[in-house]
Formats: sequence, C-alpha cells, structure tokens
Amino acid sequence: MLLKELCELFGPSGWEDEVRNFILSRIKADEIIVDSMGNIIAHKIGGGKKVMVAAHMDEVGFIVSGFTDEGFVKFKTVGGILTTVLVSKKVLLGEKRVPGVISAKAVHLQKRDEREKLIPMSELYIDIGAKDKDEAKSLLNLGDYGIFAGEYTEFGDGLVKSKALDDRVGCATVLGLMEQEYRNDMYYVFTVQEEVGLRGAIIAANRIRPDYALVIEGTTCSDVYGTKPHETVTNLGGGAVMTAMDRAAVSDRRYFEMIKNVAERENIPLQIKRTSMGGTDAGSIQRSGGGVKTAVLAVPCRYIHSPVSVMSKNDFDSVGRLSAAVLNELERSDI
Amino acid sequence: MKIEEILKKLDAPLGVSGNEEPVRAAVKELFAPCCNRVTEDSLGNVFGWYGCGVKNAPLVMLEAHQDELGLMVSGVTDEGSLLFCTVGGFDPKTLPGTEVTVHCGDGKYFGVIGAKPPHLVKDAGKALAIENMSVDIGFKKEQTEKIVRIGDIITLNTGYIRLAGSAVAGRCIDDRGGLAAVVRTMELIQKYRLSCDVVAVATVQEELGLRGARTAAAQLVPDAAIAVDVCHGVSPGVSDNAFPLGKGPVVSVGPNLHPKLTRQLLDRAKEEDIEVQIDVDSGDTGTDAWEIQVAGTGVPTALLSIPLRYMHANYEVGDIRDMENTARLMAAWLLGFKGGDQLCY
Amino acid sequence: MELLKKLAECWAPSGREDRIRTLIASEMEPYVTDVYADSMGNLICRKKGNGKRLMFAAHMDEIGFMITNIDDNGFLRFTNVGGISAHNCVNRGVVFENGTTGVISYEKSVKDLNLDKMYIDIGASDKAEAESKVSVGDMAGYSEGFALMGGRAASKSMDDRVGCYALIRAVQLAESCPNDLYAVFTVQEELGLRGAKTASFNVEPDLGVAIDVSMVGDVPESDHHSLSLGKGPGIKLKDASFIIHPKAREFMLKAAKAAEIPYQLEAAAYGGTDAGAIHLTGGGVPAGTISIPTRYIHSPREVVDIADVENTVKLVKQMIEMGI
Repeated sequence: MLLKELCELFGPSGWEDEVRNFILSRIKADEIIVDSMGNIIAHKIGGGKKVMVAAHMDEVGFIVSGFTDEGFVKFKTVGGILTTVLVSKKVLLGEKRVPGVISAKAVHLQKRDEREKLIPMSELYIDIGAKDKDEAKSLLNLGDYGIFAGEYTEFGDGLVKSKALDDRVGCATVLGLMEQEYRNDMYYVFTVQEEVGLRGAIIAANRIRPDYALVIEGTTCSDVYGTKPHETVTNLGGGAVMTAMDRAAVSDRRYFEMIKNVAERENIPLQIKRTSMGGTDAGSIQRSGGGVKTAVLAVPCRYIHSPVSVMSKNDFDSVGRLSAAVLNELERSDI
Repeated sequence: MKIEEILKKLDAPLGVSGNEEPVRAAVKELFAPCCNRVTEDSLGNVFGWYGCGVKNAPLVMLEAHQDELGLMVSGVTDEGSLLFCTVGGFDPKTLPGTEVTVHCGDGKYFGVIGAKPPHLVKDAGKALAIENMSVDIGFKKEQTEKIVRIGDIITLNTGYIRLAGSAVAGRCIDDRGGLAAVVRTMELIQKYRLSCDVVAVATVQEELGLRGARTAAAQLVPDAAIAVDVCHGVSPGVSDNAFPLGKGPVVSVGPNLHPKLTRQLLDRAKEEDIEVQIDVDSGDTGTDAWEIQVAGTGVPTALLSIPLRYMHANYEVGDIRDMENTARLMAAWLLGFKGGDQLCY
Repeated sequence: MELLKKLAECWAPSGREDRIRTLIASEMEPYVTDVYADSMGNLICRKKGNGKRLMFAAHMDEIGFMITNIDDNGFLRFTNVGGISAHNCVNRGVVFENGTTGVISYEKSVKDLNLDKMYIDIGASDKAEAESKVSVGDMAGYSEGFALMGGRAASKSMDDRVGCYALIRAVQLAESCPNDLYAVFTVQEELGLRGAKTASFNVEPDLGVAIDVSMVGDVPESDHHSLSLGKGPGIKLKDASFIIHPKAREFMLKAAKAAEIPYQLEAAAYGGTDAGAIHLTGGGVPAGTISIPTRYIHSPREVVDIADVENTVKLVKQMIEMGI
C-alpha cells in the first residue's frame, strides 16, 4: 500500500534521500528536476495557469551531535519534537539504521521533584548498546540522521497509526493527483526541510513562479481526552481540513471560498482549522516572486510529530477527492 | 541453549503481574527438559524440580520473578479513550507516544497512549500525570464500552532489540534476564553430579510487592536460596548505586543476605574466573530476597543482580554476558554445596 | 435498616472490637455451626460443610483516636488509629468507651493543619477532672450516628459495618450452602489488614472474598474513580493491596450475573482491603473484593446507597448458595 510504504521510509529534514528515490521511481512527467536542496519538481506541461501542488517529504527526526566516553549518543531534534514523547522510544540512526533507545533515568532513582518534571533535552541520550566511544563511533558519525522507529498500523474504526503521517499523507495524495490529467500547466512538487522552517518550498516556488498553489499537509488534531471543545483544532473523521490563517500564511479569500463551494457541491466533508497556530509551505510559496494565491488542504492527525500519529482513512480520502476537485475547478474558473 | 535464545523465548510472551499465564507457559516449556518435574501453585508460581539422587539432600531454591509491569483499564472517557492505572511502578514520563495492546476477553485491540496536546499544557516543564493520559483505541465511546471492560490489561508493544555488542533492549529484561539465568543454570547442572536438590522458581507478582516470593518460599522453606533480579546500570546521570553493563553479575552484601552464602559465591567467582561486582545494600534490597529470607524458620539467601539501564521504562537495556555469567556462577556454587554446616554461623 | 444502624453506631476502634464482636456473634449464632473468636479477636462463624473452604471477610473495626497526653487544663492530645485526616475531624464529636463525649478542635488556624496541632476537649476544667474520665491510651471513635437521606444513608463507620451487615444478612438469608463456609468478621483492618492475615492463616480457605467500602467518582470535580453510588456493588479487580486472581474474578462475575443485580467493575490505583492479606496466606489463596460504593470514606459521615447495600446482600447470598 502506497501510504504505508511512504510512511515507513527514512526521511528526516535534510536527509530525505530514501523518500525522494521512492517518489522518483514512481512518477512520470514531461520534465523532472531535483534542485540544489533536493526538492523534486515534476512538470506536466499544459496550456492554462501555472499551478503548483506541493507536499513535503521530510519528517521530524534526530541528528547525532556527539558521543560520551561510555558510548552514549548525544543528539538534537530535527524539527519540533516535544521532549514529552522522546523518553524511552526506539529510534533508527544513520545509513545503517542502527537501532537505539532514548534513555530514561530509572523512576526509582528520580528525586521527588525530578519525577514531576520533564527531563530536559540536555539529559537525554540515545543508547545503542556501544560499550565505549570507539564502538559508538565505529557505528555512527557526527551528523548522522535518525527517525522514530515504528510501523504503519491500521486500528480502531478506520484509523491509521504511523510515524511521519505529516506529511507522507501529502506525498501520497500528490502521487494520486499525478495519475490524473489536468489541462493547466501543472507542477507537482515534493519539498524538503519543511519541518525546519518551510525551507525547500522557498526555492521551489522561486523556480516555478506559479499562479496558484495547493499545499497538501498533515495537521494538528486535538480532539482527545483532557482537551476542551474550543481547543480541539480539528476533529478526526471530520473531513479534510482547510486553513483560513496560520502563523505563516493567510489563505486567499476567493480561493478559500471556491474550495468551500467545491466541497459543498461535491459533498466532500470539510472542516476549517480552528486555530492560527502552526505553518506550512504555503507561507513560503505565497510570498515568493510577485505573490501566489495559496490554499492548504490537510489530513487531521492526532499526536502529530510523535512516533504514533493517528489519522482517519476517511479524512485522507476526503483530502484526495477534494484536492482533485479543486484542480478541476481551477481549469474552469478564474478566481 | 544459548542464553540469548532463552531470553528471547522468555521476553516474547506477556506476563503482567497477576496475569502471568503466557509467560508461565514459556517457563514451563523451558524448565521441562532440565527438571524432573514441573509444578505450579495456586497463585501461579512455577517450580522446576531437579533431584540429585542423594537421600536427604539439602534443597536449594534458585529464584527469579516471571511478572512484568503493565497497565489496567480503569474507565472510559467521553472521547472513547481509556483511562488506566499502572500495575507496578511505571514512570509516567515514558508513556506518552507509546503503542499498546488492550487485552479484552479473547480480543486484542491496538492503541496508542495519547495525552493532552503539549501546546495546551500550561506548565510546559511539568511531566504529564497518569491522570492526564488515556489510551486511544480509535473508537467512539459507545463502541469502546462494548469492547473494553474495567480491569482489562494493557501491555506495551515494546519489542526485543539486539543492540551493539552484547547489549539487548526489551520490555521486561527485569526480570526475564534473571529468569533466563535461572533456566541456563538448570541446563548447566545437567552434566554435574550434585549433592543438593535444586528447585528453580519463577515467582509471580514481584512488581506488586514481592507477593509471589512470599507464598513460594513459605511452601518450600529451602536450605538455601539465590534470588536473581536486576540492579541499576550506569548511564548518563546515573552513577550512584549503579553498575556498568557487561561486568556482572552484581553480588549484594548486607543484612538481607546470608554472609557465608555470599562469601561462597564470591570465592567461587574468583576460582572460576567470573567477573563480579559488589553492591552494598544497607537494608531492604527491594527484591524477592527480602521475603525469602524470613520465610518459615528462615532461609539463607543470596542475591545476584544483572545491571540494567532504564529500569521500568518502555525499553530496558541489559547485557547477555551478565546473564550467562550469573548462570555460570550459580552452577559453580551448586557443584560445591552439600548442606550440613556449610551455612552455619 | 435497624441492624445496619445498630452495627454502624456500635463503638469499636481498631484493637477494641469487643462490643461489635458480641453484637455480631448474637446475630450469627442461630444461623451457623460454630462461632468463635481467635486470639487476635477475629470473629469466625463457620457453617460446616463438606466442600471447599469459602471465606468471606468484613472488618468490624473502625478508625478512631487514642489519647497520648492530658494537659494541665484538661485538654487531651491524641494520635490517630487508622486513616484519620485532620480536615475531617475539625470540630467533630467523639465518644469514649465509657460514654465520655468530646469535641476535636485545633490551635490557631486551619492552615497547614495536622493532628499534632489538634486536641480533644471533653469539658474538663483541669487535669484531675479529665483524668477521672479518661486515661492516656484510651481510644475514642466518632460520635455521629446513623441518618437516612432519602434512599441513602450516612453514618460514622459505614466502613465497614455496611460490609458486616451484608455478610450477616447473606448468611441469614442463604437457602443452601454447598461449601464449608467461613464468615469472618476481622479486626484491625484499618491498621494494615492485620486481623485478616491471621484469620486466613487459621481458616486456610480455598477462595476468599472481602467485603468492604470503596471510593466513588460521582461527586463534583472528582478525580476519576470508576464506581458511582446506586449502580450496584463493585467487583474490585485491583487496588494497592492485591490484583484479582483469575479464579476469583470468574467466581465473582458468575455470581453477579446469576444474582441478576446491577454491578460495577473497579480498578483502583490506591487503597487496600482484607483480600490483600488473604491472598498471600500460606501457599497463596485466590481472593477478590466486593466493593460497596461509598462517599466521604474515613469521615464521620460516610454515605452509602441502600439499594447498593441490598444488592450486595443478594450478591453474597448468591456466592454462598452457588459455592466454588
């Protein structure tokens, strides 16, 4: 299954090779460019407007930053991972995918005040079982990247658990869109380094100079225990999510209304994101060149940026159908 | 069998305290080929009996606990996720973002431990309490209530990992590592001519307060006992009361432990060239040895521990060399034990 | 409810259970083969049978106070007997075995209150007068009596007289008894399940069931507790003192279904009952606990639901008749 394969690939921001190679092996276009940062730009030539459809290949992860004399690995997080979910998780590091576990001072040894506090990053290490620094260095280099280990698992009432749903759901959706033909001049872009500051999208947009952009994402969903109704942001199973405004971009008003109308007409469930937190590649794209009309469609993901992000297959399907309908609509009408 | 093979056979089956059936089956299977008979008591302690053939031979108990930590369903939230309490002393900090299995009657359901999203937690430096977490099994309240009942057991989906060198990571090296050493000892003594009978015991409910060991030792009141458990391994920020991996076993000394028995173990280690470390315990060792010592009219008891990093976290890291050496040491000591006044003051 | 009222109002702090023992013995004698007290003071009521030994335990003792010092002005300092918390006893009435009554109050402010800053006033004007009524080492219990509140009842010592009530009534009503039945009324539960330990050692049961009160989560802004008042007795699967043995669980659930009563499942992080002591007796005994949902436990006004109590009687009766 495509989404499963995508999710299980190794692709922390800055080391997206495995995802890139997988996607390159699957796509056909009139012109395919891999640019200097590693973005894939697949151009299917058409007659009308320039439309850029983007999803990011990278996922949050780790980078090896040092070794202790005892053979423990110091690391930094790549992208926003909260220390809450780091402790005692399995990770895979480097090209050899060396397995390791993130340390956790035994609960018996924690003082009372330590028990109530989060463990600061400075006190977390990855344990690969090396007996000393030399053995650790023989297995890993400074700067090697890592990811959470974890399989794609279906469970519950049509739900999926995996690492990296953000944004392999986007990659899978864009791959699906590429199988259709649209009359506009289509650029399908798989970006890098979204998680470290929407970086890849900057140069991709500069190269393409699109008229319209549609960004496909995985987004926050907090409809979980302990959250008040106004804090939930999105609902799992509530359909595709469209962003009105986040920290990076305000969506184009008429484009936004068009998508709403399309969803209504096509009877595709759509929810509007109920927060202005977060940001996507749309922020970089919108302000490139002379400005670009952008919109973001996303699959709601519980526990995003953790090894166990969760989505609904129905929502994923809604995003696929709605994005196809939006691309069709862009052929017909000018906004 | 290689010690790692034994460990893997013991690590795979589940055995949450009070619900040890799956691991108990594995223990029996491993005991069977190296014991004359295998028995079980009403709480689920498993005994593997090995007779030396000598009449009125003293009885030695080799002991490790079969149970592991787990979680138990205590309620259902309006969102349909499960509230839980811990079975044994988990560190709540290791739980968010963990994959679990909920065991409901005959069915098993996948779930993840979710928590109130961090951006909504007011004091960001504060660890989440168990009360603020729940297990998301992907169903709404109505469906969840049909499937899950209060009291159902939840286990972590933590797998076994072979790390670099001879290090291994797993869900419950505490105390499957100790249990593996006990099984390995029973294998090693097959080729010896002993002067004592041996009973290998896999106890239940250690994590809830040494409960199985109490009733097991009360039934046996052996002439001597060696408990095998884990102790803290050295890791960053942990050096006091901790021991490096791969240089064990750790022999405990202190009031809980019989001085002569302990001395004999240390002497045998030297003679057999087995590397050991010494832990000084000033009182309660927090292990089954604490209960065994005061069973019936009293039992000379020793404690061997396998150094373990991150005890009671999702992944515990130990070293298989320490398990093998623990077995070698126990076997070497058994060979020289004849009872009589060997342990008299 | 007359019997429950009598039981609840009876004076019997842990270690001083004579009165309640006499009361319960008189209720039980016509219905069982043997009634005797062991050396700890547990009341063991045996209904002789040929089958396996089935033991029920409800504890007779209640939390209370013990005098540690009498000052020159006749005020008494005290220590707790079992789980007394300072905020629950502020300006509450107490009574001694000889009928002397008193009120508990505190120094200065309720802020940072602890028992060291509290005292009992028995109305004495000086040390001599106080000493004519009480001595150091004397125990007192809460004096608040039984009161009905609609379909619910409040009293001191519902913990665990309501359990005693359920056990007495079940034995009295049972129409058959295939097992060798031991209805045991234990002492000193509040001091650490002490009576049940020795009682169980003597009885050597094949299966043990404790009957005790348990916390509910149905009050404003409560932390999560799975039980609610009025939804039937709880079958406790875990607390800090035990985790239920699969055999005990099966037996209890089967009985609950057969009795056709509402019941609730309970898994608790804290607390302990006599099942904790019973299951570790000898070579180990499968044991479980029936919980009677109760609000404000260890306060002078512990509240139970009468329908829950009657359903508990039915459940215990069913267990006795069904046997193991």
